[in-house]
Amino acid sequence: MCGIVGLFLKDPTLEPQLGTLLADMLVTMTDRGPDSAGLAIYGPPTPGLSKITVQSAQALVDFPTLEQRLAEVSGGSARVAVKSSHAVITVASDRLEATRAALKGLSSDLRVMGAGESVEIYKEVGLPKDVVERFGIAGMSGTHGIGHTRMATESAVTTMGAHPFSTGADQCLVHNGSLSNHNNLRRSLARDGMAFETQNDSEVAAAYLTTAMARGRDLGAALAGALEDLDGFFTFVVGTKSGFGVLRDPIACKPAIMAETDRYVAFGSEYRALVGLPGIETARVWEPEPATVYFWDQRQAA
Amino acid sequence: MTYQNPPMPPRKSATFDDHTMAEIRRAAATGIYDIRGGGTKRKLPHLDDLLFLGASMSRYPLEGYRETCGTGVTLGTRFAKKPIALKIPITIAGMSFGSLSANAKEALGRGASLAGTSTTTGDGGMTDEERGHSEILVYQYLPSRYGMNPRDLRRADAIEVVVGQGAKPGGGGMLLGQKISDRVAAMRDLPKGIDQRSACRHPDWTGPDDLEIKIGELREITDWEKPIYVKVGGARPYYDTALAAKAGADVVVLDGMQGGTAATQDVFIEHVGQPTLACIRPAVQALQDLGLHRSVQLVISGGIRSGADVAKAIALGADAVSIGTAALVAIGDNDPAYEEEYRKLGSTAGAYDDWHEGRDPAGITTQDPELMARLDPVRAGRRLANYLKVMTLEAQTIARACGHNHLHNLEPEDLVALTLEAAAMARVPLAGTDWYPGKAGF
Amino acid sequence: MPVFDLAATPLRALNQALHGVAPGANDTAFEVLNPRGQHAVAVGIDGPVTVTVRGSVGYYCAGMNDGGTVTVQGSAGPGVAENMMSGTVVIEGDASQYAGATGRGGLLVIKGNAASRCGISMKGIDIVVHGSIGHMSAFMGQTGSLVVLGDAGEALGDSLYEAKLFVRGSVKSLGADCIEKPMRAEHREHLAVLLDRAGVTDVRPEEFRRYGSARTLYSFNIDNADAY
Repeated sequence: MCGIVGLFLKDPTLEPQLGTLLADMLVTMTDRGPDSAGLAIYGPPTPGLSKITVQSAQALVDFPTLEQRLAEVSGGSARVAVKSSHAVITVASDRLEATRAALKGLSSDLRVMGAGESVEIYKEVGLPKDVVERFGIAGMSGTHGIGHTRMATESAVTTMGAHPFSTGADQCLVHNGSLSNHNNLRRSLARDGMAFETQNDSEVAAAYLTTAMARGRDLGAALAGALEDLDGFFTFVVGTKSGFGVLRDPIACKPAIMAETDRYVAFGSEYRALVGLPGIETARVWEPEPATVYFWDQRQAA
Repeated sequence: MTYQNPPMPPRKSATFDDHTMAEIRRAAATGIYDIRGGGTKRKLPHLDDLLFLGASMSRYPLEGYRETCGTGVTLGTRFAKKPIALKIPITIAGMSFGSLSANAKEALGRGASLAGTSTTTGDGGMTDEERGHSEILVYQYLPSRYGMNPRDLRRADAIEVVVGQGAKPGGGGMLLGQKISDRVAAMRDLPKGIDQRSACRHPDWTGPDDLEIKIGELREITDWEKPIYVKVGGARPYYDTALAAKAGADVVVLDGMQGGTAATQDVFIEHVGQPTLACIRPAVQALQDLGLHRSVQLVISGGIRSGADVAKAIALGADAVSIGTAALVAIGDNDPAYEEEYRKLGSTAGAYDDWHEGRDPAGITTQDPELMARLDPVRAGRRLANYLKVMTLEAQTIARACGHNHLHNLEPEDLVALTLEAAAMARVPLAGTDWYPGKAGF
Repeated sequence: MPVFDLAATPLRALNQALHGVAPGANDTAFEVLNPRGQHAVAVGIDGPVTVTVRGSVGYYCAGMNDGGTVTVQGSAGPGVAENMMSGTVVIEGDASQYAGATGRGGLLVIKGNAASRCGISMKGIDIVVHGSIGHMSAFMGQTGSLVVLGDAGEALGDSLYEAKLFVRGSVKSLGADCIEKPMRAEHREHLAVLLDRAGVTDVRPEEFRRYGSARTLYSFNIDNADAY
């Protein structure tokens, strides 16, 4: 139960403003969810390098020595940029999995928020305004991003329970609604090898899409499969390295509104989230249809 | 030597007992599921399974009649400009005009007003009689929105957004055509004599994030004066209570599965929802976790019958209770005086539950003018007031015996449980022990 | 003319002022600036006031309107004019889901498109949509009329009672118990009046088809169980 936002830029000159625009959109949705907030920001990838966003409840203990402790496993490539309770570790892409595996042994307080070539994920308990400030989101540039503010329904209010959920490289998902078959689906995906961090229904949706894409489907096809396999009420906004997708369940009572101009595609739970966007007055504004996959790709848009 | 087989009495199946087999035959013959009122009839763990400890040496009791034991409660202190002060912590639950006769609604209003408490409209809008005879009237805001209008919203004393009912959490409603008189039809903007289906979700919001916006609208329309209650059925009481509070409710009304006045499918009544006893502690816990216990008031309903039930619900953390079935019984429902007529309807006094069919001999759950005339609203109102007073006196008796000068000072520690089930659900120790299931360290 | 700039003035002040207009007062024309998608703008109007909103609004704009005339020079969020009693609400842009939900009277005009569940559970309101409407519109509609100059989405008029539906364009699908019915003279007359009230001049009643309840769900019958 929540407020969700998404912004996908077509015009590269807007990229320096991505963080500012997305942060403002999310803060506007505060009333829809007071428990926790989070954002995923996709930046242009640097060839040969990957990023891991980690969070620690003991940031002052864990982060100062992190670069040094990862030196060996990363072949000396690890660089750590600390932002409050989060840190972004940049490593050579061929050392990504090894580094990620090594993190598990370093500290019981360290949690991986997400990883990939372009995504950085920031999420914490608290209001959007505080989360956005804490991580300096307004200063971030990027190509696309999604955000979420949460009113927790059945699972715990924790950092890991905050959205976006990332269950695959450069993939993440935010959700407004309430699923009703996620427990069975979680068990089934876990048997197939997915690891889960929470009891949250939305994490199951993210993992479902990751599994589908790992089997070779593109995001559009994975979302289409979700209509068949997920029960309950949902509006999803999903990010991949180069793409951005939106899906509503067939009943479609959770709100969703989209706007498109030559410069961007934007998503909000409510129109309020979109009013600060440049040129919104003349944008094409519409509500996504139920059970219809919407999907944009940076490579196709460019 | 030959053995004679001794005669064996025929043995019936415990699985396929008489009632089960009769139900199978009924379904096969009619092709329709059984719809009825009256709430769950199965035996459930309930407040009866708890006992108060009383006072003796370690605690000192209060003297009856002389040393006061307060019973007042104020609902709606969180946001509303005009909270509701009740003299007793027992309210009358929502029951619609349409399901109940005008005389019955009037009697409930009269009785509640005499006793200093509130009554509640239902899924059919507000009538002038009801408003006129109810000193404090709570106006229900339901998915059907039958009869909903801003004038009544403003002349109500509080607004209750109904998300669910204990008899059917997750279910909609059905009022059969027999009860749709001209007046009921006009109030609901529907043709006379047709079945009325009520939706299970509200028409213009779904989920707590949207409910927050809806509550904001209702507050704006009524200039932030009225307390806004959110009523939920006993489904997932911890989450449902927490989300109602997060959505901005002043008061959460939680109706356990013994809640009985809704007519719906028997299978729904008997198989969906949690007993009242199991709902109270998780709901209280949710409010405590949010730091809102007592500032968002919790009203518990579903099978409340006596002052002991009132005292137990309050001890477990409720601020007040609400009664529906018990109030109907007080004004004359299922009265043995009508036994002959109940038999003609294929029932018996105490078992009559075809409230939706509109043929109630007691004149309560009917729109038939002749039947309805049997219920004298003044006399019936007096009976309800008497009953409410007795319940209050009983609760005070118990509270004094436990050493409390106000019902609200009752605590879970005043209670023990008679059964393991009740101990687990109420989180109070099994009598004679200091342990309940789920508590560590046994 | 009282002007409320919602960028500077709280919503509460606007609604309180609208509720405080005395019967017979002269200054009854209100202007609202910078609504920026706020919810519950101009709700609970209980007299003949006129409100012009310059911009787009959020949920429940003009909710429970009783006698006012509200014009939104922009788009409206979910539940615009919900439970309207009387008066007129005009949306110059699009309307989100639940437009005119449970409305009991008055006229709602949407000059753009309306999303899903337009006229859900309508109880006497008249709704005229210049564009198209989304799925599940007029679900459980009881009385009143829904007029659509464009197309209708899936499951139009599902579980319909006595609301009258007129659609000029295509209907993606009809909901349970909703059927097409013949347009007779009385319906054309009724429609002409509605179109006139909604300021529609370039469209003739003959261009519409009429839909209504088959009334098979009016009394429970096991043979209709698939529709429940």
